[in-house]
Amino acid sequence: MSTAERLTSLVGALRAHGVRIGTGETVDAAQAVEALGLSDRELLREGLAATLLHSTAQRQVFDPVFDLYFPRGVGAPGTGPADREELRERLARALATNDETLMARLAAEAVDGFGGYGNSPSSDGWSSYQTLDRLRPQTLLARVRDDVRGRQGMSGFTDRLLEDEIRRRIEAFRALVAAEARRRVAERRDRDEIARRAVAPTTDRVDFLFAGKDRLAELRRTVQPLARKLATRLAARRRRAARGSIDLRRTLRGSLSTGGMPMKPVLRRRRPARPELVLLCDVSGSVSGFSDFTMLLVQALHDQFGKVRVFAFVNRLDEVTPLLRHGAADPEGLGARIRAEATLTGWHGSSDYGVALGEFASLYGDALSPRTTVFVLGDARTNMSDPNLPAVREITERARRVYWLNPEARAQWGTGDSAAYEYAELVEMHECRNVRQLSALVGRLLPI
Amino acid sequence: MFTSVDDVSARLAETGYLASPAVATTVFLADRLGKPLLVEGPAGVGKTELAKAVAEVAGARLVRLQCYEGVDESRALYEWNHAKQLLRISAGRDETWDEARTDIFSEEFLLSRPLLTAIRGDEPKVLLIDETDKADVEVEGLLLEVLSDFQVTVPELGTITASRRPFVVLTSNASRELSEALRRRCLFLHIGFPEQELERRIVRLKVPGLDETLAKSVVRVVGALRAMDLRKVPSVAETIDWARTLLALGADHLDETVVRDSLGVLLKHQDDILKAGAKLDLDAV
Repeated sequence: MSTAERLTSLVGALRAHGVRIGTGETVDAAQAVEALGLSDRELLREGLAATLLHSTAQRQVFDPVFDLYFPRGVGAPGTGPADREELRERLARALATNDETLMARLAAEAVDGFGGYGNSPSSDGWSSYQTLDRLRPQTLLARVRDDVRGRQGMSGFTDRLLEDEIRRRIEAFRALVAAEARRRVAERRDRDEIARRAVAPTTDRVDFLFAGKDRLAELRRTVQPLARKLATRLAARRRRAARGSIDLRRTLRGSLSTGGMPMKPVLRRRRPARPELVLLCDVSGSVSGFSDFTMLLVQALHDQFGKVRVFAFVNRLDEVTPLLRHGAADPEGLGARIRAEATLTGWHGSSDYGVALGEFASLYGDALSPRTTVFVLGDARTNMSDPNLPAVREITERARRVYWLNPEARAQWGTGDSAAYEYAELVEMHECRNVRQLSALVGRLLPI
Repeated sequence: MFTSVDDVSARLAETGYLASPAVATTVFLADRLGKPLLVEGPAGVGKTELAKAVAEVAGARLVRLQCYEGVDESRALYEWNHAKQLLRISAGRDETWDEARTDIFSEEFLLSRPLLTAIRGDEPKVLLIDETDKADVEVEGLLLEVLSDFQVTVPELGTITASRRPFVVLTSNASRELSEALRRRCLFLHIGFPEQELERRIVRLKVPGLDETLAKSVVRVVGALRAMDLRKVPSVAETIDWARTLLALGADHLDETVVRDSLGVLLKHQDDILKAGAKLDLDAV
């Protein structure tokens, strides 16, 4: 494979992951390769990242893909069959001294020695899971710690940091093993295929409904910067909207100083009206990740609104606004706390939109006014019960705007027990499956 | 300007800027490919310093455009010197209108602002567009012409093209998403927190009086704080501040009291201080 081919397939794989790269950038990258040469792999990595990427988040996808197309080495590391105990011993030493090059070499040896599965030469693969399962680097913690202490002696205060530091090094080693296994697999199979499947998507493209626990924590960390971004965008929009029509009286008065020539037009200032927001969130198990996330986002945007009220429901509806008060809520246990402290379920545990929307319309009608924008968050799966369309109609009549954000793929709407299309006839429904879509929608729909 | 990536690191180091391999590589490429460099990253990791260091290495003049909300064409690009124009008009009462008009829109009455300054003249220049994300979206449109073709159009004068391209550094804290068009014209560099080893060297360089082992401990504690889930994690600037504080306090090693008393230098939120105190096992803060 020539360098040009490698480069174009790298670009292709990145594009498949949603990184937008134009031909111009590819040409820049080729120039970068020429300027830097191929001798130093890490320089090449930085050079290609600088020319091809446009934002920090993309780096997460870039690094593993780069490892596939510009691998550290080819084939086996070229040492004899590794002995498990001996390898663990060397790993412990590498962890103690934090020797990163040695750790990378050990990762290669470990995958070679313990990661292979399958028998025939054509079908065998490499597994990082199996490697780590046999090697158990996490059990080295105590040994490494004692080793370091033995060498340096107890160093007072910083001693208490040691365990966490070693833990982070072990984590880095696990990532190295995973990268190595991917590389070995890619050698056997179609590289492009591996690049497409085995590389995790950037955080803003993770599906809300399929995000695991750790991905959700990662998503939560994106809330603050996202909220800040949205807030500046909204503030700019508000400022622009405030530059309204010309105020004739003040323009003329201003013109007195220039002899009646209106040099400076004075614009009428509109009184800023902060919109009110009502959130209706389905927090049942299937979609809870999505509504937690959206609630956090709204909480972070709190000062953009005159009033925010948040209601959570499964099949009963309850107000959870106090639980979301700014600063008070710790995002970790938000979902759990809402489920513990609010009355959300009646005699069964699955969501019932009809009852919940009906309760909202009858009990909390005072939350709606011509200044209110309502967001309904949920997948519109009513478990075969009555969708209660009159309640929705009532809500749309009393609020200024009603939007429905649905975390399911559009193709799934209306299938099975989904009442999505029935609701979509009454309110504007948008597909909202990941952070990227959510931020675009919130930025577009918020009434400022 | 530079012969190799190592050359970049070495010469930046001479000015007191210790660059990570990523930084050195990108600066080298920006110089080689003649493209602007967009630098993102948390506050206090040395984004602005990088531009200053490059200017020093190149023996170039640093032209700085500090962006803020409401910065506009007349602040960024150029402005007509109205007072001088008025004087010119009232000085020549007997002229015809045509003569007066062609005169007052000439170079003489043009006030160069940073972008135009960076483009005109033959001396080497580094153009620093600081905190680009603070400027309004319209300013980005203005930057596009400058960054892709290194030219500026003044309607009355025509297009002014750079005879010598400045080295351009844009910095951003990502408080606003910059447009795709702007990003495409730049090389992208994210400066994150440095590796422990590099940060220790930076601390030693900036706070020369600090003891080697203490510097190591300082960097380790900061590393531990960064791994915590805090509202605002300490940046390199804070590490240096802390090292200076410790030096001023005359501390020769870290212990609970010293850390507890000076944690406020590193962390800027009360809840962060409490959280870090609990995690580091400091006694009641």
